[in-house]
Amino acid sequence: MSSHALSHLQALEAEAIHVMREVAAERERPVLLFSGGKDSIVLVRLAEKAFRPGRFPFPLMHVDTGHNFAEVIAFRDRMADELGERLVVASVQESIDRGRVVEETGPRASRNRLQTTTLLDALAEYGFDAAFGGARRDEERARAKERILSFRDDFGGWDPKAQRPELWNLYNTRVRRGENVRAFPLSNWTELDVWQYILQEQIEVPSIYLAHERRVFRRDGMLYADSEFIARDARDSDPFRASVRYRTVGDMSCTGAVASEASTLEQVVAEIAATDVTERGETRADDRVSESAMEDRKVAGYF
Amino acid sequence: MSTLLRLATAGSVDDGKSTLIGRLLHDSKAILADQYADLNGRDGELDLSRLTDGLKAEREQGITIDVAYRYFATPNRDYILADTPGHVQYTRNMVTGASTADVAIVLVDARHGVVEQTKRHAFIAALLGIPHLVVAVNKMDLVGFSEEVFDGIVRDFCGFRRRLSSPDVAFIPISALNGDNVVDRSEAMPWYGGAPLLAHLEAIDPADDRNLTDLRFPVQLVIRSEGNDFRGYAGQVASGVVRPGDRVRILPSGVESVVASVETFDGPLTEAVPPQSVTVRLADDVDASRGDVIVHADGDAAAVRELEADVCWFAERPLRPGARYLLKHLTQTVDVVVDEIRDLLDVHTLDRHAPPTELGLNDIGRVRLRTRRPLVADPYASNRATGAFILIDETSNDTVAGGMVSST
Repeated sequence: MSSHALSHLQALEAEAIHVMREVAAERERPVLLFSGGKDSIVLVRLAEKAFRPGRFPFPLMHVDTGHNFAEVIAFRDRMADELGERLVVASVQESIDRGRVVEETGPRASRNRLQTTTLLDALAEYGFDAAFGGARRDEERARAKERILSFRDDFGGWDPKAQRPELWNLYNTRVRRGENVRAFPLSNWTELDVWQYILQEQIEVPSIYLAHERRVFRRDGMLYADSEFIARDARDSDPFRASVRYRTVGDMSCTGAVASEASTLEQVVAEIAATDVTERGETRADDRVSESAMEDRKVAGYF
Repeated sequence: MSTLLRLATAGSVDDGKSTLIGRLLHDSKAILADQYADLNGRDGELDLSRLTDGLKAEREQGITIDVAYRYFATPNRDYILADTPGHVQYTRNMVTGASTADVAIVLVDARHGVVEQTKRHAFIAALLGIPHLVVAVNKMDLVGFSEEVFDGIVRDFCGFRRRLSSPDVAFIPISALNGDNVVDRSEAMPWYGGAPLLAHLEAIDPADDRNLTDLRFPVQLVIRSEGNDFRGYAGQVASGVVRPGDRVRILPSGVESVVASVETFDGPLTEAVPPQSVTVRLADDVDASRGDVIVHADGDAAAVRELEADVCWFAERPLRPGARYLLKHLTQTVDVVVDEIRDLLDVHTLDRHAPPTELGLNDIGRVRLRTRRPLVADPYASNRATGAFILIDETSNDTVAGGMVSST
């Protein structure tokens, strides 16, 4: 290897910083979608690398389903505070209260799908014309097809058959009023890359990513938190205590935990390197709805 | 330390591309159990194309429409694999996947040999300046692992190749289905003296292909902080090396200064190389902004307003002389007018035909362009970063062409 070779994490980092700077330079009102999950935490670190010692040229925005993990919400608020950057919270509960969406009912109800409307309303309300997201192409096969800069029409929708060609590192960020682009600086990162980067950078993550004791119950082979937001039914197991951690953090109603003893970042990296189940396959019920669940959600405007 | 290698694969519909990708991912343990379970087609047989055909329309039609990006790793390095569609009508998607590749893998069906598609794929790879080309002659099991068949294909390809400028070409006989010469050396082809595909890829060092001579640092944005007097130029090193103390020139203005420091969030660097994203501070309070390019003061970079380039045309509406577009090059977007179409390339014979009146969808041709503001461009053949541009239709905002500067 020549002396000037970059490590794969350095190369991914350089690419992501370039993407963030391009979008920030060319779009008038970008926003960074920040959920308190590991991918958006890495996005925030990359934004620090791209724009410090200046301020971020965009606020952070969380689309809060109201059914999120308390540990993650506390982390989100503390992190925004420490960063000294503005945090906008778009609330699914408010969308329900205003009658924009109707809450699902029944034992397997989830607020996950309702997020799309809240997101699109918030983009329109604040006039955001570009939204950074922490999505990765390795997550799911429809994501594997998406460009780093994903053009969305004035309904927020994605047309997978009419994507803009995306050559070299020349990103076309142009949109008309009402349209927006979703920018995915982590497109080329894998779940393992994200954890290796978190370890390398010693970035703090919400405690639920590390092994902890929690009351859970088993549903469809997944472990769900025993919570007031999720009604159990006859098909679910009784709650029991287990040592678990989370691979993704999202709406509690569709995010499962994994049995784990990994309580340090080193142990998490080792566990992810050895796993034989994908992140979304293991812990995300929303992708199991149909063969093209993710594609369908993205066509409708999901990030 | 693991490095990154970017691959692009291209092949015709039945060349076994999906099988090869499936094999690479499977043998490097990048297909996990739940994905594996999902690869069963309706008839219950393992269908590896389901791995790369991520869109509903692709699964319905059984064809690859758009690029799929896949990731796998060996103990030595991490791979980004762009699986690009082979059909002529999806040339723009092939170009999308191939533009950033270090290595192109072109699949040839051993039974059919070098066909028109092979030539087109190899040509596009060469046109895009992909430094390494691998011709993977697949389905060797169906031709009795015949050395003669393989040699014949190599000969055919070399006859054609004389007209390409691919610096490094390797021929590897494989059977993706059985795994011969993919990860492990094939016992069925003892006559083959080269490395299996993966070992060949492991030995390629993309860092060797970078231009470390000619500094080109396009300014993306100016970073300032309120608390102190920090003022720096943020950007990604396109080529060359930048170090504190370097005497530099800002183009197009030509103003000179000295690099005071090369900053990152993690502290200053003694040097930055491509493709690092850094912030350069200059010793003098000069006027530089997004779109400007910082070069070494003694380098021969120049700003131009006229250039010739090969363009791949992506739009239904044809390119005609006199048309105006937006041209994005490095970090600036400028108005451009097409002065002239010089010729049309036949991507099968590589002949350049007399000037056509227009370039249609998926055509590749040479054009002469005039820009409203100057560009710091180099020929693509000598600098992949500063020789590339895209054209954008100002009305639709569509990306209508990818371009490679041939001369300035």
